[in-house]
Amino acid sequence: MTEEIIIAGFGGQGVLSMGKILAYSGAMQDKEVSWMPSYGPEMRGGTANVSVIISDERISSPIINHFDTAIILNQQSLDKFEQSVKPGGVLLYDPNGITKEPTRKDINIYKVAATEKAAELGMAKVFNMIVLGAFLQVKPVVTEEFIEKGLKKSLPERHHKLIPENLKAVQTGKEIVQTVQTVK
Amino acid sequence: MAKELKLMKGNEAIAQAMIASGTDGYFGYPITPQSEVMETLMAEKPWETTGMVVLQAESEVASINMVYGGAATGKKVATSSSSPGISLMQEGLTYLAGAEIPCLVVNVMRGGPGLGTIQPSQSDYFQSTKGGGHGDYQLFTLAPASVQEMYDFVFEAWDIAFKYRNPVLILSDGAIGQCMEKLYTRDNVPRWSEEKRREMAPWGTWGKPATRGHNIITSLELDSAKQEVFNHKLQAKYQEMREKESRYEEIQCDDAEYLFVAYGSSSRISMKAVQLAREKGIKAGLFRPITLFPFPEKALAQRAKQVKGILSVEMSAGQMVEDVRLATGCSVHVEHFGRLGGMIPTPNEVLEALENQIIKGK
Repeated sequence: MTEEIIIAGFGGQGVLSMGKILAYSGAMQDKEVSWMPSYGPEMRGGTANVSVIISDERISSPIINHFDTAIILNQQSLDKFEQSVKPGGVLLYDPNGITKEPTRKDINIYKVAATEKAAELGMAKVFNMIVLGAFLQVKPVVTEEFIEKGLKKSLPERHHKLIPENLKAVQTGKEIVQTVQTVK
Repeated sequence: MAKELKLMKGNEAIAQAMIASGTDGYFGYPITPQSEVMETLMAEKPWETTGMVVLQAESEVASINMVYGGAATGKKVATSSSSPGISLMQEGLTYLAGAEIPCLVVNVMRGGPGLGTIQPSQSDYFQSTKGGGHGDYQLFTLAPASVQEMYDFVFEAWDIAFKYRNPVLILSDGAIGQCMEKLYTRDNVPRWSEEKRREMAPWGTWGKPATRGHNIITSLELDSAKQEVFNHKLQAKYQEMREKESRYEEIQCDDAEYLFVAYGSSSRISMKAVQLAREKGIKAGLFRPITLFPFPEKALAQRAKQVKGILSVEMSAGQMVEDVRLATGCSVHVEHFGRLGGMIPTPNEVLEALENQIIKGK
């Protein structure tokens, strides 16, 4: 199993930390992992993205240009990465702020209204974990047990009290993810 | 040896390895994309645990000369920077080599020339292996291709530096520096005691006992006849490195008909290109130099005998390709492929280059 993922959105949406938690969880589950951020001028405001690979084998290139899954959190990222999803792959997006829906017919498309749900529940800080939950519902590459371990490992000890809220957000994401289209 | 599983960036791994390998001092100046090295050291506060000194100098020129001063006493002293900062250090590096002082320098490369860009590049190969400063000298140059190697090579750098009394360069790039991967940390090596340091660095300026004369650290010799003798001594040392220390890794080379030669992050991209090539029925392999000086020329020459063509992949306009051609002695078709200015080639681009430049171009 090798899952090559891009997570892309605005800076401040928790894109990088979501990738980190996913990578840590994979590592805890004894997988090989890599986390490759975009960095540089674009990190200072604007878009942020990170490639995460979770695999049973030694990872060759942490730098990739085709993805099994694209997790998309704004329109710019949808424009940039929709074409990079492998045929038969997964596109998961938050419809908040999306004006041009994805058009590919050869990929599986899901949406998660995480921004809306986070605001409704007053859980804006764990918005990214709602998205992560939605992804795990679609592609259970790591199990919940290891998400908890990953959170423990990636969060500093003083933030460990927030873990239950994070896990609740993951659960919420699993529940609210919607299928837009599936292909064989 | 394996102690604990962690996930960290390449730059953080360099800093953690410095602390864990018993480094006595670090002098540096911040520059993207390697600033996490000093950030991590400052956050870890090793001066409170191992007693390691960490200091932000006023410039790269100051950093490398602080390394010169500290390392002249036989202490394990290191610095790190990225390409423009490493250019500023070249005078210090040739003096360190000329004075035969062991030390560790890390270059997390970015695109040039000049201030260039802050994105990853590999265009400092010439500077690193052909002498960026003046005079006949060599830096022992290690090229890590993973976060684990960023960590492990710091430990190995100290062994090599003191064995040969020579500066060691870890030549990395922004991609490996910024990428986060799994890392198994090692047990801490304690900093050397005063006695241990005197044993390991009997040449150091750590004080003059009555039993010997003064130890003098200098790279100056006005008598040309003596300087020539010294030059020959350095050359003999470099020759010994060539014979004993060259290192490389081969991936899927046994039945390879075509070869990628690549180091650092380019080798990771090429490894993926090997997989893609094999899915298409092209028997490709990867030869990854781990030491850039000494370049693993004999092993490459041996492997080249079985292949129809070689693509040297480097994020530069074509630097290492010269050593690939020298090693293979025109016995096989060699071409270069690279992206410039901080652009990173994709595995598909690398495979296409193999097909267009080597397979069709034969």
